[in-house]
Amino acid sequence: MLTAIGWFLIYFGAFFLFLGALGIMRFPDVYNRLQAGTKCTTLGALSTSIGVGFLHPAWLPKTFIIALFILLTNPISSHALGRASYRSGVKLWEKSVVDKCKEFKECVEEENE
Amino acid sequence: MSWIIAIAIIVLGVVLTLIRAMLGPTAADRMVAVDSMTTITTALLVLLALYFKRYIYLDIALVYAVLAFVATLAVARYMEGGL
Repeated sequence: MLTAIGWFLIYFGAFFLFLGALGIMRFPDVYNRLQAGTKCTTLGALSTSIGVGFLHPAWLPKTFIIALFILLTNPISSHALGRASYRSGVKLWEKSVVDKCKEFKECVEEENE
Repeated sequence: MSWIIAIAIIVLGVVLTLIRAMLGPTAADRMVAVDSMTTITTALLVLLALYFKRYIYLDIALVYAVLAFVATLAVARYMEGGL
C-alpha cells in the first residue's frame, strides 16, 4: 500500500515538473513564465520527494526536510526574481491587462529616489 | 522498470527549460529558466538516490537546493542593481 502511494506521488510530481517546464517554454512573458515555473515546480519537487520517502520509510525524515526547504525557499526566490525583473525595466506582454505597481506609482518613485 | 519513465519525464522537462535558457530574449528570462531548472534537478537527484539505493545521495540534493537558492538571490540582487 505504501509502495502504491509512493509511486503515485512520484508520477504526479514528475507530470507537474514536466508541465512547469512546458509553461516556461511556451508562455510569452517573463512574469507568466515565472508564475508557471515556480508553482508547478514547487508542487512537483515536493510531491516527488515525499513519494521517495514513502517508498523507503527510513528515508522519510530527510526527504521531508528537502520538501520543507523547497516549500519555504522557492516563493522567496521567485519574489526576488519578479521584483528584479520589474525594476530592471522588463516590459509586460502587450496583451497584459493590469499593472498595479505602475498605477500606484510606488515602484517608479522608489526607483527615482 | 517503472523508475525509467519518471526519470525520462523529468529529463524532458530539464531539456525544455534549457532551451528557454538558451534562447530567452532578456537576462530575466534566462534566470527564471535556470531557477526552475535547479528545482527540477533537486527532484531528479532525489530520484537518483532511489535508483542507486544510497542514503548519502539525499545530502547532495539538500546541498544543491541550498546553493541554488543562494545563487538565485545573488543574481536577482545583481539584476536589481543593489549589489
